Amino acid sequence: MAFNSSDIGAFENIWVFCEQRNGVMMNTSYELVSEARKLADERGSKLVGLLLGHNVEGLAKDLGGYGADEVIVIDDPALEIYTTDAYTKAICDCAMDLKPEVILLGASNIGRDLGPRCAARLTTGLTADCTHLDIDMNVYTDFLKKASTLPEARYEKFPMDDVNLKMTRPAFGGHLMATIICPRFRPCMSTVRPGVMKKAPFDQAKADACVITPYAVSITEADLKTTVLDVVKATKKIVDLIGADVIVSVGRGISKDIEGGIKLAEELTEAFGGGVVGGSRVTVDSGWLSPDHQVGQTGKTVHPKVYVALGISGSIQHKAGMQDSELIIAVNKDPDAPIFEIADIGICGDLFKVAPLMIQSLNEARASK
Amino acid sequence: MRIYVCVKQVPDTSGVVAVNEDGTLNRASMQTIINPDDLIAMEQALMIKDATDCQVTAITMGPPPAEGMLRELLAMGADDAILVSAREFGGSDTFATSQILGAAIDYTGLGEDDMIFCGRQAIDGDTAQVGPQIAEKLRLPQISYADEIVKEGNEVTVKRILEDGYMMIKQQTPCLVTCMAGQDKKARMMSLSGINAAYKKPYTVLDFEALKEHPFIELDKIGLKGSPTNIFVSFTPPLKGIGQMLEGADKKTTDTLANILLEKHVI
Repeated sequence: MAFNSSDIGAFENIWVFCEQRNGVMMNTSYELVSEARKLADERGSKLVGLLLGHNVEGLAKDLGGYGADEVIVIDDPALEIYTTDAYTKAICDCAMDLKPEVILLGASNIGRDLGPRCAARLTTGLTADCTHLDIDMNVYTDFLKKASTLPEARYEKFPMDDVNLKMTRPAFGGHLMATIICPRFRPCMSTVRPGVMKKAPFDQAKADACVITPYAVSITEADLKTTVLDVVKATKKIVDLIGADVIVSVGRGISKDIEGGIKLAEELTEAFGGGVVGGSRVTVDSGWLSPDHQVGQTGKTVHPKVYVALGISGSIQHKAGMQDSELIIAVNKDPDAPIFEIADIGICGDLFKVAPLMIQSLNEARASK
Repeated sequence: MRIYVCVKQVPDTSGVVAVNEDGTLNRASMQTIINPDDLIAMEQALMIKDATDCQVTAITMGPPPAEGMLRELLAMGADDAILVSAREFGGSDTFATSQILGAAIDYTGLGEDDMIFCGRQAIDGDTAQVGPQIAEKLRLPQISYADEIVKEGNEVTVKRILEDGYMMIKQQTPCLVTCMAGQDKKARMMSLSGINAAYKKPYTVLDFEALKEHPFIELDKIGLKGSPTNIFVSFTPPLKGIGQMLEGADKKTTDTLANILLEKHVI
């Protein structure tokens, strides 16, 4: 029977595309499976991991340990290295056959290449870079009561029997949040921002019980229009903003001495006992820092234990990426800088004067412990 | 050989952000800019034009005032520009937008030697979806997150950025590439002669009438009503309470900070 994405009653189960690179599972896949477990429970449906690659079946059971009931493994030499063509073909052929109600992907560079391509082929919607997901309306309403400023009266008008996947994401650089639904087509598809969903504790018994289902697709030469000549791992140290406990970020305020400002930020991370240097959009757009340092809506969303903002005014687009940090310390010359609105501790002053003093004070305090 | 460059006019969210009473963005009072990734896509296309003398076409979907942006791109060096604009197209999500832009490019003509360049993503929505969706509609191979693009004959070699490195990819034309702004990438300025020429270059408006016969233009899949995704609820997050401002900016202040951090067991 021909695939029809608007026959929404024909679709069931929640799928998570579990991205692996070079035989190593991406951490985001575990985060996504953990989160999707809750959705599957809300919907009363099965949670299925979708694992593509070559000789990767060994990675499948672990997904069960984070909540997957079943893992569909599509093993094919053509899937060893990611190509848009081969992965899109495999996912779409499988999805057209088995008709999942929901497909989630990590919003990595690969997930965001693959997601839109698959959604377009399946004739359905896709919501990018989501930070929150719900199905059950009661759970969703509870979330809104904490996360929004909506008046109580709004909740009374909610369709409480709605079973669409409710995909929430920042809009306009984080100033507004929007919950998106895809009511007329299936599957509901979403890419999910890495680092936002929490990984569940690993459960060996569940991993052992997880069902592995091999699935064969036919990928021919004619399907593959690109040739991957080479895959190169970065030789320089990878900037792991998402995993960092301490992030010291710089903004436009370092413009009078760019190198000096970045060096101060590095020294300040050391005074905290180690951390990572981040930057606002202007530092990346101006070429002062490479894009992997960027914090914000266009860059990465981070929630470290400590976030220090040096000379960052705090545009909505920057705040969207760091406002959930546990402790925010802001240093800025302008007492009216918006960053102070969300900072836990603020110091109004020139970062080139304040940061060296901070380094000194922190080092002394640590020595006195 | 022709390169289509898909561009979008966006509110400048890095500048002053004006908000209406209902919490929506006051677009009318905000500066508009050419989306930064799209500007780099245009620059990459113009660099290939410099080397091969190919045709570069700027194409956008948007309201009539987007003409100003297209004229700027013509002044930068694009050869012609297409504005896709109709009430029926308004409110489209990424899926619907890709149907319409795909239709407009297909209608205008895509040859064996041609390419489509897009920005990776637009700063107002940050979805990065329209490029790949246009590619799927037109059955073209795509390379997203492109850093360097080298074209030789019917073959293009692209350095595609990953989080932990990069891929080198070889690709036959026609194909679609999404480009990103970043380190060491600067778009050229408009030249004086370019500005003079901008109003003499071919400028086309494609409205609903022009495109309605195209198979991609299905009324139940375009515009606000036809888009697969809809906004269910939009809301503003509660403001986090104002924290503590430390007085002064001297050693005493930073000592106070260090003490707070000690008490909180942060250091």
